[in-house]
Amino acid sequence: MKGDTIAAIASAMTNSGIGIVRISGQESLSIIDQIYQSKNGNKKLSQVNSHTIHYGYICDQGKVIDEVMVLIMRAPNSYTTEDTVEIDCHGGSLVMKRILETVIKYGARPAEAGEFTKRAFLNGRIDLSQAESVMDLIQAKNDISLESSIYQLQGNLKKKVNKIRKELIHEIAFIESALDDPEHITLDGYNLKLNDIIKNLTFELNELLRLSENGELLKEGINTVIIGKPNAGKSSLLNLLAGRERAIVTEVEGTTRDVLQEQINLNGIILNLIDTAGIRETDDIVEKIGVDKAKKYLLDADLIIYMVDSSTTLDKNDHEILDLLRNRKVIILLNKCDLQQLTSEMEVKKAFIQEEDLDFNHRQEHLESDQEISSIKEFPIISFSAKEQIGVEKLQTLIQEMFFAGEIEANEEIFLINVRQKAALESAWNSLSLVKRSIEDQMPEDFYSIDLMSAYEELGTITGETVGEDLVNEIFSKFCMGK
Amino acid sequence: MPCVTETYDVCVVGAGHAGCEAALASARLGLETIVFTVSVESIALMPCNPNIGGSSKGHLVREIDALGGQMGINIDQTFIQSKMLNRSKGPAVHSLRAQADKAEYSSNMRKTLENTDHLTIRQAEVTELMIGDGILKGVKTFSGAEYYSKAVVLCTGTYLKAKCLYGDVVNYTGPNGLQPANLLSESLKENFIEIFRFKTGTPARIDKRSLDFSKMEEQKGDQKVVPFSFTTNPEDVQIDQVSCWLTYTNQKTHDIIRDNLDRSPLYSGMIEGTGPRYCPSIEDKVVKFSDKERHQVFIEPEGLYTNEMYVGGMSSSLPEDVQHKMYHSVSGLENAKIVRNAYAIEYDCINPRQLYPTLEFKKIRGLFSGGQFNGSSGYEEAAAQGLVAGINAAMFVLNKEPLILDRSEAYIGVLIDDLVTKENHEPYRMMTSRAEYRLLLRQDNADLRLTKKGYELGLISEDRYLKVIEKEQLIAKEIERIKHVNIGANNLVQKILEQHGSTPLKNGTTLAELVRRPELNYEDLAEIDSERPKLNYDVIEQVNIQVKYDGYIKRQLKQVKEFKKLENKKLPQNFDYEQVKSLRIEAKQKLNLYQPINVGQASRISGVSPADISVLLVYLEQRNHNRKS
Repeated sequence: MKGDTIAAIASAMTNSGIGIVRISGQESLSIIDQIYQSKNGNKKLSQVNSHTIHYGYICDQGKVIDEVMVLIMRAPNSYTTEDTVEIDCHGGSLVMKRILETVIKYGARPAEAGEFTKRAFLNGRIDLSQAESVMDLIQAKNDISLESSIYQLQGNLKKKVNKIRKELIHEIAFIESALDDPEHITLDGYNLKLNDIIKNLTFELNELLRLSENGELLKEGINTVIIGKPNAGKSSLLNLLAGRERAIVTEVEGTTRDVLQEQINLNGIILNLIDTAGIRETDDIVEKIGVDKAKKYLLDADLIIYMVDSSTTLDKNDHEILDLLRNRKVIILLNKCDLQQLTSEMEVKKAFIQEEDLDFNHRQEHLESDQEISSIKEFPIISFSAKEQIGVEKLQTLIQEMFFAGEIEANEEIFLINVRQKAALESAWNSLSLVKRSIEDQMPEDFYSIDLMSAYEELGTITGETVGEDLVNEIFSKFCMGK
Repeated sequence: MPCVTETYDVCVVGAGHAGCEAALASARLGLETIVFTVSVESIALMPCNPNIGGSSKGHLVREIDALGGQMGINIDQTFIQSKMLNRSKGPAVHSLRAQADKAEYSSNMRKTLENTDHLTIRQAEVTELMIGDGILKGVKTFSGAEYYSKAVVLCTGTYLKAKCLYGDVVNYTGPNGLQPANLLSESLKENFIEIFRFKTGTPARIDKRSLDFSKMEEQKGDQKVVPFSFTTNPEDVQIDQVSCWLTYTNQKTHDIIRDNLDRSPLYSGMIEGTGPRYCPSIEDKVVKFSDKERHQVFIEPEGLYTNEMYVGGMSSSLPEDVQHKMYHSVSGLENAKIVRNAYAIEYDCINPRQLYPTLEFKKIRGLFSGGQFNGSSGYEEAAAQGLVAGINAAMFVLNKEPLILDRSEAYIGVLIDDLVTKENHEPYRMMTSRAEYRLLLRQDNADLRLTKKGYELGLISEDRYLKVIEKEQLIAKEIERIKHVNIGANNLVQKILEQHGSTPLKNGTTLAELVRRPELNYEDLAEIDSERPKLNYDVIEQVNIQVKYDGYIKRQLKQVKEFKKLENKKLPQNFDYEQVKSLRIEAKQKLNLYQPINVGQASRISGVSPADISVLLVYLEQRNHNRKS
């Protein structure tokens, strides 16, 4: 099927720090021509041979975004069998996102879940025996993007988008009911009113676009959850990394009742830091909710930083936490190393293995020697003091190493969701400008609803709702018409 | 027992607006056709409002006409007032509406039926579908007579198990006290056809002589009447028109209604059927829109030779005494004499999901249906479906490709696709907002869109077809010409622009660019266009619209291109979607139930997600490959 041109981040943004933005479809070459600049400034990639690589820059209206290598593959000799362009960039995930956004701005649309593979198959590139797995992949990727708990988290954006949609459908319904029943409902003077409404809605969309620009809508990056028993120093770590007093830090156990989030940029790697309430048995209802939430966040975490209060001995709470860390990417910080040490590195390791073993009903005899223990479990443990800022650099280096070694990965889906959302917000914004123009051009009212409806549909892709009978329902419930 | 047996190609059950179009189309295509009606006097009866057309319904009539149907011609010959609605709006929502002389409309259509070759009219109640070994054989009537045919078209309207109600009075009749059809429903159920029960209503008719028109606003027809049919000579419809009258309900009316709500069969639970939201009874309006101080009431003549007036906007099923008080509270109706009471009517219809977009039943080959029987409402909606059902019954008998119009081709396509694809819980009415490509589906270009198809089917004469082709060429040629007529900023041009309140030119431009200005049109610019050929108004109208709204039209054409991609991907029939493992459970169930004809239709079924559609595309591709190899 010859479809439109799609684009997406094709590789994980993690391994080796180099990422690929892939474009596929008829307009791939004309898009790259508009945003690629060679060193001497006059190479046109639409003219070069297939399967050649070109060094240069990606620019948006003369502004350089990144230094890149571009691979050109002409139809039908590509994965999708369509004209395909791959942009290798290495400026980190933010730059990659900028490049993808630029590609979309110049005419591509964000690829849907599994769409490259789907195209490859539909164009006969993939063997028929693989059809089943292609179909499963599409469905699975779709499920992930819809069910990902992080997707659900963006309640705030959805709320704002829904509010705009509600206003839009109300106006469309008004226009439509007047067109259907001109003898009952008049549109006199309506264009002035709609002009004001469009102004407001455009303002609200701008606000959302600004937020999405700052990555404030949906925290993308590596979901890093800080966990530990009460007063282990979790909030201090968050504040230390974020560089400001975000959490309330006190000496009283259980001060962080809810979950705190902070996004930090660690030399180009985005960490989405989540500070959780200390996990411990509790009867306090408010705190209980915090603890339950913390456990939920753990499930979605890409990386867990476990803070041990090394000035106390490991207790029941620590054992419970250790139980949750099995098979996860964990960094353990032995905090408060500036105080007297009651818990050592070896004791933590021992406890970890015991937890695991107890659960699996293994025998304990062979775990006697300390040497054996350290050879079984390789997880990094750092002596740390949030108060004296000891071990901070070590922690940062460690996270970077893990990232570039591909041990921890940011959730690509969120990244995609963000790009799609931004594209949707922008198209909605464009549709509203078209309405504004129709009003300025004194077009008849029925022309307004065409673009109002487009804006409504675009925004619906963010909230995951299709139009269906929305309009007809709104017309009948809000406006009295009929013979 | 001996009985009458006859054999036809096509049996049409019912001679309302759907049945008439179905029977005419089938007979005109040369097939021996019989149409059954419970009463020959009720052929093409208008039991509710006395008009044809209106917003989006006018589009349907134009399309019926462009395909070779009868409704447009019939109303052109029997209208008594006509208006083009929404004239101040864009061309896509201009809509014709004409008041009919009801009796004339009906008898004129009857005359047409009676004088059509290959068409037999029979007054009889059809009670049974004859089906043997799963194959449709024909129909049986109440008397036991058997009519064998290859195809049957059901257009029973609101007659199946019909029941009319007001207050606690129940009449087991069809509309207007006509005989209902009580037995056919059972035969349908025996053949596993799923039945719905719907409801609609009509207002009272009152005696013209008892009304005080001085308290009402007169509503006149258009000065220059535009005909519905592309075949009608515009000169022939410039007649003396009669007026309608506008008045309003008031607080007193609303109080009377509110005080007696408990006596409405709707609120006491006597009515089980689902009523339409778009044509609410006056009691519904008062309850739902309680903040409105008054509602409009249109007093419309039912014909030239009757004193009966239709009380538009006040349908009701309240008891007779309340109706009297309620109507009398309206300004100008204080002394109104009621000729016929308002009533609600309940009837059996089918769940239209059981039909293909050809209007053939998925489970019974050769069985077609159209009109209110399919869960729609309105004369125009009925006629449109009747025409398609009749055409496709004929195509079935002739073993030819059926007619399926898609959503980008016609309002008829939107209507049928909505009916057979979307879940429908109330009588379906056409609305312009339902047509996503309405800028292309205008009433003014119905001939350009559909007459070729009508010609290919055999319902349009060669002569008429050639005229449309010529019109098409003239339009294209003229548009091309004005795109290349250069206009300089000379004195005459500036003067003309000034006359029309348009900003003067700074640089030269083309005539087409000037036509695009909101305050100008093609005809305004005749003076500065010396080479202009002499063209008919219908050509000029198209040139003007197509040039003026070019940007919008192009955008919609682009959307249509996208839409057609999925529409052109055919799906296998009687297919078990359980085989496609990656589909979600809900999608499998819905697809099995609906058996969509193409991927586009599948994508419009609620419960089928975009991911399911992707999966389906991959599956289809795999299947096609396997077939080829």
